Amino acid sequence: MTVSAISRYEFKARDRVENFHGNQIVYWHWEEHLMFCAPIALPMPPSMPFRAALETVLPGCYGAHPDWSKIDWSKVTWMLDSRPFKPNMDASLAENNIGHKSVLRFWTPGLQGIDGIPTC
Amino acid sequence: MNAMPPLKQRKLSLKERYSHLTRGLGWETTYQPMDKVFPYVSYEGIKIHDWEAWEDPFRLTMDAYWKYQAEKERKLYAVIESFAQNNGHLNITDARYVNALKLFLTGVSPLEYSAHRGYAHVGRHFVGAGPRIACQMQAIDELRHAQTQMHTMSHYNKFFDGLHDARHMHDRVWYLSVPKSFFEDACSAGPFEFLTSISFSFEYVLTNLLFVPFMSGAAYNGDMATVTFGFSAQSDEARHMTLGLEIIKFMLEQDEGNVPIVQRWIDKWFWRGYRLLGLVSMMMDYMLPKRIMSWAEAWEMYFEQAGDALFEDLSRYGIRKPKYHEVASKEKHRLSHEVWSIFYNYTHAAAFHTWLPTEDEMKWLSAKYPDTFDKYYRPRFKCWSEMAAEGKRFYNPTLPQLCTTCQIPMGFTEPDDPTTICFRSAEYKGERYHFCSDGCKDIFCYEPEKYVQSWLPVHQIYMGNCGGAEVKDVLDWYHLNFGVDNFDYEGSPDQKLWDEWQAQKAANPV
Repeated sequence: MTVSAISRYEFKARDRVENFHGNQIVYWHWEEHLMFCAPIALPMPPSMPFRAALETVLPGCYGAHPDWSKIDWSKVTWMLDSRPFKPNMDASLAENNIGHKSVLRFWTPGLQGIDGIPTC
Repeated sequence: MNAMPPLKQRKLSLKERYSHLTRGLGWETTYQPMDKVFPYVSYEGIKIHDWEAWEDPFRLTMDAYWKYQAEKERKLYAVIESFAQNNGHLNITDARYVNALKLFLTGVSPLEYSAHRGYAHVGRHFVGAGPRIACQMQAIDELRHAQTQMHTMSHYNKFFDGLHDARHMHDRVWYLSVPKSFFEDACSAGPFEFLTSISFSFEYVLTNLLFVPFMSGAAYNGDMATVTFGFSAQSDEARHMTLGLEIIKFMLEQDEGNVPIVQRWIDKWFWRGYRLLGLVSMMMDYMLPKRIMSWAEAWEMYFEQAGDALFEDLSRYGIRKPKYHEVASKEKHRLSHEVWSIFYNYTHAAAFHTWLPTEDEMKWLSAKYPDTFDKYYRPRFKCWSEMAAEGKRFYNPTLPQLCTTCQIPMGFTEPDDPTTICFRSAEYKGERYHFCSDGCKDIFCYEPEKYVQSWLPVHQIYMGNCGGAEVKDVLDWYHLNFGVDNFDYEGSPDQKLWDEWQAQKAANPV
């Protein structure tokens, strides 16, 4: 449907990618660890290798959680924009089809929150 | 010359005076066509055949209005004055309570001012003089509420942090974009949608969940100044609620074609209002040192029971309960815990303090939320308290993803699973958009042109529009004092001052 308006009503998306100075926004969410209350938003260059995001950026976001250092990345399951996803670790975000405002959700088998409580 | 005896004027009855004020002051324009003088009354699709059918049950004339309001003002300012002279702030239950006032002053009082502007605007644009007068009176009420709230709370600003620049903060601080964007959504709609959103959905359906908790909360926690403000506003609120119900019935009775439009607005504004009330839920369950009732109990009493009766009454017009009301009921056992968690995560960027509930408070929460608190939330507080004890109070170091519609961090969980975040998304003109719920997604999808303009604070920070890249830079831009207004209550200057007062009290018992 369309908005009711008294005249032409068209605006550019305020959050389009060119407003982020060469970065794109990527949302990450570590499932079953709701001590982190919500998914996080990170500005990242599309050329960043996937591995670099995991090894250099995410530890600063999630490292405070005792489960973080125990993650075996080869066992992690992923969803990218609501579809199952297998990242190519050495390819860039863009080559992995991770675009502006993509959502990456990941599950860490065996690590489901402190004492196995997913809200922790 | 013989002087004529003065004409003895018959005094008009209240009904006659009201009729002169409303019907007597309206006329059909002749220099300009009516649709040019009232350009906003038809584009929303609402059809009105007879403006004279408008019933204003209050029939308040201006002279009576000024008289009542002046009387209320005199009483209120006498109480505020004596509260200040008697150091009333020393009688509150605990300084943590003041954080509820900080949230109110920065989040709600500026909305009163926006409401003033909104009603002044629609009070100009309705064709019928009855609704015009009702809106103009409400516009003056809302201005009075904004002003008296600021005056009431200014006393606390002398002693406590975070109350110094509410107006500026309202326009900039990340979580205040939630109430701000809610109201701007309403004010940028047409006059009929504005009244449906604010007068009906907010003032009529949901207001008891905003005002009662804050004002009873004030009474329970020894804040007599705020209680008095509440009483002073109460009779205005009754008039506002009546306007809300009247506008809905008026639209529904005027034309059958209005029914689906009104229903869609009720659906939209119920959900938007409910999401906004998430802030109240955490206030009730976590921020009041002495609690009134739980959020779940308030929801049951004020929405589930009262709402049932209201929508039963409206069903004869073909109106049903708002869409997703059942989701709100499913969420009632977790809402406040999820919202408090968001603010606990990000207190380093907020204008008020958060804290861990005490053991007694957790007992209360367990009793009020027997199915969820011990299972999902108590263990989290245990983790956080262990981290705090090691000197590593948990703060989330990364900015959160926000819902495009309500602008709240995406901290809400699936309706049937309190352990999994609810993700919803849509694409519009090649761009992805994300939502916290089906309710927020539907609102976007109906009018995407409106919400593609959302000023999402997290994205604005990343675009470089909010003073800089570090938390401290952004807080400067918010006019927050870093290390004073933000962070945990434990160790805050507010706490230090309060503890000193308590020690003095103990040393000098009266």
